Amino acid sequence: MSILVIAEHDNQSLKGATRIAVAAAAAIGEEIDVLVAGQGCGPAAEACAQLAGVKRVKVADADHYAEQGAENVAALVVAQAGGYTHLLAPATTFGKNLMPRVAALLDVAQISDIVAVESADTFVRPIYAGNALATVRSVDAVRVITVRTTAFEPVVDGGAGAVEAIEAGADLGLSTLVGRELTKSERPELAGARIIVSGGRGLGSGENYHAQLEPLADKLGAALGASRAAVDAGYVPNDYQVGQTGKIVAPELYVAIGISGAIQHLAGMKDSKIIVAINKDPEAPIFQVADYGLVADLFQVVPELTSALD
Amino acid sequence: MKILVPVKRVIDYNVKVRVKSDGSGVDIANVKMSMNPFDEIAVEEAVRLKEAGLASEVVAVSCGVSQCQETLRAAMAIGADRGILVESAEELQPLAVAKLLKAVCEREQPQVVICGKQAIDDDANQTGQMLAALMGWAQATFASKVALGDGVVNVTREIDGGLETLSIRLPAVVTTDLRLNEPRYATLPNIMKAKKKPLDTVTPQTLEVEVAPRLKTVKVSEPPKRSAGERVADVAQLLDKLKNVAKVI
Repeated sequence: MSILVIAEHDNQSLKGATRIAVAAAAAIGEEIDVLVAGQGCGPAAEACAQLAGVKRVKVADADHYAEQGAENVAALVVAQAGGYTHLLAPATTFGKNLMPRVAALLDVAQISDIVAVESADTFVRPIYAGNALATVRSVDAVRVITVRTTAFEPVVDGGAGAVEAIEAGADLGLSTLVGRELTKSERPELAGARIIVSGGRGLGSGENYHAQLEPLADKLGAALGASRAAVDAGYVPNDYQVGQTGKIVAPELYVAIGISGAIQHLAGMKDSKIIVAINKDPEAPIFQVADYGLVADLFQVVPELTSALD
Repeated sequence: MKILVPVKRVIDYNVKVRVKSDGSGVDIANVKMSMNPFDEIAVEEAVRLKEAGLASEVVAVSCGVSQCQETLRAAMAIGADRGILVESAEELQPLAVAKLLKAVCEREQPQVVICGKQAIDDDANQTGQMLAALMGWAQATFASKVALGDGVVNVTREIDGGLETLSIRLPAVVTTDLRLNEPRYATLPNIMKAKKKPLDTVTPQTLEVEVAPRLKTVKVSEPPKRSAGERVADVAQLLDKLKNVAKVI
């Protein structure tokens, strides 16, 4: 088995999801290389070399990899794919955008969002919003895989991989980045947070969302999340969304406040270790998955909870 | 400018799926089927572009069993001008669908293909990207805003950290996210009108596309069930549980 993991990074540092993709690679085999495509991405490459289990880090440094667009990076991955049995990336918006393009160029299937490795050719993945688990076997020579970021323990540092420069491909010139509006926050990243405080339609407005949940999240050192209903209603930006089509999370503690618990939301958080639900409707489906349910008016108990945490 | 919109027939999003007891799949007998919700958003976006005078024709395509005709009629009731059914009783996986769509694109020569970012049955999230790769086109996935220009399309994408806007060269593939638009309800007159719109049927054989599955489903199982825990009476009891029983804070 020889595995190439495509690193997700911002040139300066590695995204946590890359550690999870390397962990899934380690469950498949021992020969693990990492590909870093970027511009001025030396620091990210150095960080990859330190990941436990990584043998080689291949670095393509060029202007047209600065924004890591799918078209140019997929062509690079395909050019480097010779000799590898598996190509892996995290199932983040980066990996989901990139890997199907790689798979199609190689004329192989992609195995999306794996949660377990059964063997080198057999993997488990959720379907129907996590209401069923499919075990699938690939008949292709190369397996192109995205890895669910809650399903594997991130690898730690401790490796000493060799960093080597590789030749960049041509710029295909198909796509230009106009701009990015990234949410700035001092809080932990939603995907890797230990505690998440999440709000739904029950909060009634964006002002209420911030007034009620931020002080609580501050006290708990938590990341903030939201249901699709709260995002659709404009309380918070899209990147707060937890669910089937938003972020999949599995923190140690998930506090669902004013969230009814639609199937699509549960699909994104039901693997959390402890779930707390606060909702005034005793029939809300969220209570069927909550370890601790509090039937109460959130506007009364959330401030109470926040001040009790002093 | 012609827009092509692939649409998939899936189990309705309100149906709670059941895993078959023999582990061979989920039960789809006598279950309500509908258009994949992301594809509905794609049809709506294409029809809006036509209504704004930016597109000349909207063609819906569906790959699958003959009942996919209903899905195509639903797309035409929203406003697609005609439909193409690529009829096959085989299991069609994303790579096979992308190859079928490529064959359709070569015949139809659309400038833009707008598709849903994922289907809510297999949750694969692959077909649009694969089609873009096979055509050698640009792609913009997870779109929350689409602005069609001259030879380019500017697409705002929902990414993990927030939003990004790309300007991509046409022809191109755009895949839709939830907040791109809110699809209209088809009115009765439009449903009637849709029945008279042209619907062509082709097959993988006539398109000369090999569709054999590359992934074999070994088994389908129920995920471990999470059981309901306990109700707490007040904040004090909740804190006590979190600190002393669950030990998470």
